[in-house]
Amino acid sequence: MAMNGKGYLDASSLPVKEFDGIIVGGGGSGLMAGLQLAQSGMNTAVVSKVFPTRSHTVSAQGGITCAIASADPNDDWRWHMYDTVKGSDFIGDQDSIEYMCQEGPATVFELENMGLPFSRTEEGKIYQRAFGGQSKDYGKGGQAERTCAAADRTGHALLHTLYQANIKAGTNFLSEWFAVDLVLNDSNQVTGVIAFEIESGEAYFLKAKATVLATGGAGRIYKSTTNALINTGDGTGMALRAGLAVQDMEMWQFHPTGIHGAGTLVTEGCRGEGGYLINKDGERFMERYAPNAKDLASRDVVARSMMLEIIEGRGCGPDKDHCYLKLDHLGADLLHKRLPGITELSKTFAHIDPADHPIPVVPTCHYAMGGIPTNVHGQVITQQSDGSDKIVDGLYAAGEAACVSVHGGNRLGGNSLLDLVVFGRSAGLHIEDSFKQGIGISEPTRENINESLKNINRVNSSKEGENSSVIKKDLQEVMQLSFGVFRSAKNMEEGIQEINDIRERSEGLYLADKSSKFNTARVEALELLNLLEVAEATAICASERKESRGAHSRDDYPERDDENWLKHSIYFKETKEVSKRDVNFRPKIVQAFQPFARTY
Amino acid sequence: MNSIAAEQLKTLKVSIYRYDPDIGKKPYMQSMDIDIPKDKDIMVLDALQLAKEIDPTISFRRSCREGVCGSDGMNINGKNGLGCITPLSEAVRGNKLELRPLPGLPVVKDLIVDMTQFVDQYKKIQPYLITDKKTDGKEIPQTVEDRDKLDGLYECIMCGCCSTACPSFWWNPDKFLGPAALLQAYRFISDSRDVATEERLDQLEDAFSVFRCHGIMNCVSVCPKGLNPNKAINEIKKMLIKRAI
Ligand SMILES: Cc1cc2nc3c(=O)[nH]c(=O)nc-3n(C[C@H](O)[C@H](O)[C@H](O)COP(=O)(O)OP(=O)(O)OC[C@H]3O[C@@H](n4cnc5c(N)ncnc54)[C@H](O)[C@@H]3O)c2cc1C
Ligand code: SF4
Ligand code: SF4
Ligand code: FES
Repeated sequence: MAMNGKGYLDASSLPVKEFDGIIVGGGGSGLMAGLQLAQSGMNTAVVSKVFPTRSHTVSAQGGITCAIASADPNDDWRWHMYDTVKGSDFIGDQDSIEYMCQEGPATVFELENMGLPFSRTEEGKIYQRAFGGQSKDYGKGGQAERTCAAADRTGHALLHTLYQANIKAGTNFLSEWFAVDLVLNDSNQVTGVIAFEIESGEAYFLKAKATVLATGGAGRIYKSTTNALINTGDGTGMALRAGLAVQDMEMWQFHPTGIHGAGTLVTEGCRGEGGYLINKDGERFMERYAPNAKDLASRDVVARSMMLEIIEGRGCGPDKDHCYLKLDHLGADLLHKRLPGITELSKTFAHIDPADHPIPVVPTCHYAMGGIPTNVHGQVITQQSDGSDKIVDGLYAAGEAACVSVHGGNRLGGNSLLDLVVFGRSAGLHIEDSFKQGIGISEPTRENINESLKNINRVNSSKEGENSSVIKKDLQEVMQLSFGVFRSAKNMEEGIQEINDIRERSEGLYLADKSSKFNTARVEALELLNLLEVAEATAICASERKESRGAHSRDDYPERDDENWLKHSIYFKETKEVSKRDVNFRPKIVQAFQPFARTY
Repeated sequence: MNSIAAEQLKTLKVSIYRYDPDIGKKPYMQSMDIDIPKDKDIMVLDALQLAKEIDPTISFRRSCREGVCGSDGMNINGKNGLGCITPLSEAVRGNKLELRPLPGLPVVKDLIVDMTQFVDQYKKIQPYLITDKKTDGKEIPQTVEDRDKLDGLYECIMCGCCSTACPSFWWNPDKFLGPAALLQAYRFISDSRDVATEERLDQLEDAFSVFRCHGIMNCVSVCPKGLNPNKAINEIKKMLIKRAI
């Protein structure tokens, strides 16, 4: 059914395409799930708003962290688990972290066997580099080198390899299709999504017994971010509008080294290869803040240290508003071999060659630790009124959109790519199994479908009001000012108020262009509505979490409060209220790691 | 970009290819003036976003905005390139910026071309590792030297700038595989882990797949990642000829 400004979309005339499973997202997590399902012979489709290799996974640079014991033959997934739990500031779920760290090596080797062009060691093994927050022997054995890398283009290598494997497996792609909203039936089971083919503007109900949200991050809620322009939190928006819970939305990672002024990232791998940060006096200041790990402390710690240097007047540049990342001492050869992409990016976006001059960098919004809560099988979980968990039938989530909670309050570098492939796969496996056993999902009614068309019909029929790009800019400004690295109660309250006003304005959002063919204005308007949901959830959760933990740092509650907040936060759109959910301390194989003071 | 005071702005004349199949009008060039910062060098993609703020109906693809996803290949003042990493200082001539879709592929709308043919050619070369190497659950070993052979090949972002600058591809987009697909063919041929070299060469043997390349070198001069498809094609040609004798 074409969207051309004439008439509403209605269930009675909306065409239906039916699949066993659909995966919304063609990034690393979506393609891994897609591969699993295609190989199992199920009738599946991978839906992606961009051609799969344009997904944001392509931008990942430094690598995929995993104890494959290449750099150190004694490396142990339990050490990786310990680091990840500590990195999460103890609100990562230990069953999930254990699963990821243990399953990881097999998956990384499998990616290599598929063709991923990893860099190599002299022995012909996969090359691993040091990344932040990595240790040997449960923090007692010094810095580990655990991040498997394809130069500094690991995401590109991984995404293209997975796309290629999907071509081989004959995966069915709905490429350049935009998913709008989930369709739930009367029993609150998910029965598929409303989506449209961007090129033709034709809308459909994509019906499936299993729907996977693998829609990636939402960094575009901030004005300055390392994220692609398409990272607008669409899956999270869909889940919230469907009345489902989201988890730990206040936990946003600010990456220490975004290029000042441009926001583009230079990988932590730069510091892993021996680079370090300096202030205006040329001082290697991380030695003061983290005497052991120094520049390879956890990202939250490094980002805060940089901000303190800047706040205390030791920032670099005419406005003293950034720091320098020094790499020139590593020599042009190493930069060329290990960090070629970084060299390219610095030349393009900072107009400097890192072999001669340090790169101006500043902490920049990078990654959403929070998202749609799931269990280790990718099954989406929501919270019932009595506080207990409930599995949402028919719905899965994986990747950055999900919160299986391996990252808790702070993600370690290289752990996202691992999360994508391990949990993309586990979601696929669970769907395959459930199919064999038979899935009982009842039909949605016409009213159910029309309910899910409300949002897009509103945008399509808008008659006057503001353009989405104007509203988006204001939203990004508020988030940047009030919900950055350091947070204060007063700022956050004002921020929430402003977001309230922006929500009112968004009710009057105007889509001037009603054309049907490749209408990118329509896509951007719908994306804005998703950004708004994510931003509001972030803001309210941030103001409710009355402690400092991981990436969430507030001046009125500067300490971690394990008594009250060793918990996930849970948020619903209708009530705009935050409740708590228990963190999992029940790994299956090892003993749980209990909270301790986190120093690096 | 930050909002900037008026005195720090200057005007740039942008001319953009417009076409919407639904309107029934022939394609035309739309001219508009946009305000750009005086002393900051912005990218072509930034300029295009500014144009879209004035006229939201202008359509183009973009994603990563850092030259790694391959979305925004377009023809910039006569040369194919990526909007997001082409600074105005490099692109603009005589204060004019002319933006057209990549040449030779069907236009869907404005700067958006139908990439189907391009992707189909890519799929034809079996763009995945074919191997029978034993691994016992670990990696297939590869020496540093063998891995180095993939540099300059695997980094392709499938932007299409090269193939759509290649006259041979314009004339035979269905038969001549084009520089991008051939670069990938050579990427797998060069991979020490791949065992299907003969099979791959068999597929490339006909008169069109490879041999339509006449070394015009457009592909090399436009590749935004600095790759050299022509060199890869020549290597394939050499292997094919060697096999024939
Ligand atoms: C610059 C940068 C560098 C990074 N480097 C590393 C690193 O070295 N190591 C590491 O572990 N992590 C890294 N990360 C983080 C990591 O890359 C991401 O978290 C991860 O790639 C996300 O993958 P994903 O599969 O969840 O989603 P994405 O790759 O973002 O894919 C999302 C997919 O969903 C689709 N989609 C979204 N919305 C819709 C919709 N409405 N309809 C249809 N389709 C939709 C998109 O088209 C896309 O295909 C980096 C991140 C950035 C920003
Ligand atoms: S060198 Fe060959 S492939 Fe490259 S543009 Fe010329 S004819 Fe095309
Ligand atoms: S070879 Fe270069 S120009 Fe051609 S598709 Fe790949 S990256 Fe683009
Ligand atoms: S937007 Fe990704 S290459 Fe330009």
